[in-house]
Amino acid sequence: MMRKIFPHPQLSLLLGAVWLLLVNQVSLGSLLMALILACAIPLLTAPYWPERPRLRNLPMMISYLGVVAWDIVVANFVVARIVLFLPNARLRTEWVAVPLRLQQPEAITVLAATITLTPGTVSADLSADSRTLLVHCLHAPDPAEVVRQIQTRYEARLLEIFS
Amino acid sequence: MLIDALIAGFLVLGGFFGFVGSLGLVKLPDPMTRLHAPTKSTTLGVGGVLVASMLFFAFKEGHVSAHELLITMFLFVTAPVSAHFLAKANLHRGYPTRLPRPEGSQWAHRSPGTDTSAEVLADPEPEPEQPLTPPEGHGH
Repeated sequence: MMRKIFPHPQLSLLLGAVWLLLVNQVSLGSLLMALILACAIPLLTAPYWPERPRLRNLPMMISYLGVVAWDIVVANFVVARIVLFLPNARLRTEWVAVPLRLQQPEAITVLAATITLTPGTVSADLSADSRTLLVHCLHAPDPAEVVRQIQTRYEARLLEIFS
Repeated sequence: MLIDALIAGFLVLGGFFGFVGSLGLVKLPDPMTRLHAPTKSTTLGVGGVLVASMLFFAFKEGHVSAHELLITMFLFVTAPVSAHFLAKANLHRGYPTRLPRPEGSQWAHRSPGTDTSAEVLADPEPEPEQPLTPPEGHGH
């Protein structure tokens, strides 16, 4: 019964919370609207959710968010230095291929988005068999190190989250 | 007083990274490297301003504002998608001269079967023998 009304409980929860944050107040009207949205949107978008990844490892998710936030801050300063002080002639841009152990599309999406959000790397393409990710690095004197970082810092954690 | 300084500090930090992001757009030599510049303005640039805004409302106006969290969330969801589109557009224009080969496969933008644009599906264009030369940069 609950499954029928809320086919995707986490999504419903998120939608309700987002609506309450948008209106920035808790009243009967906004709660009702949040409930309607939390019911209607998952039902309408259900055809686009062929599978539902299981997210069980909550401590690992928090640790992942922490690691990513920290890396974003650090990488911002690194890239700011490159933009401000490194002459273009000494810029070593590099394409790297990152072999993936992740298989779920959702997990690969999270990894690709993380790579793009950390300044200095942009994920550009996926191989046709979705086993390799193409990443563009702004300044990578050591491309192998970039691959290793992505695999150990992000992918290893995502493997534990999406399992 | 301390809060004022903290808010000002975060505003300056946000402004600084917004500036660096814009400067990168002008300074960096080619389309792919220029793509890296906006990822800074959307993370620490906007982030600094948002943290300042949250501090301001929490300590000056006396109520917690959660809109900033929403802005962060929407940015973090949408920014990678647009960056990915731009990178793909560059790849389709034949911008990069040399790409590493994925093991046992080919990149999606080079494989007609996985490309969903109608022209490519109807008439798969053969790989050009000579890759297009990248557009000339105009760095200094």
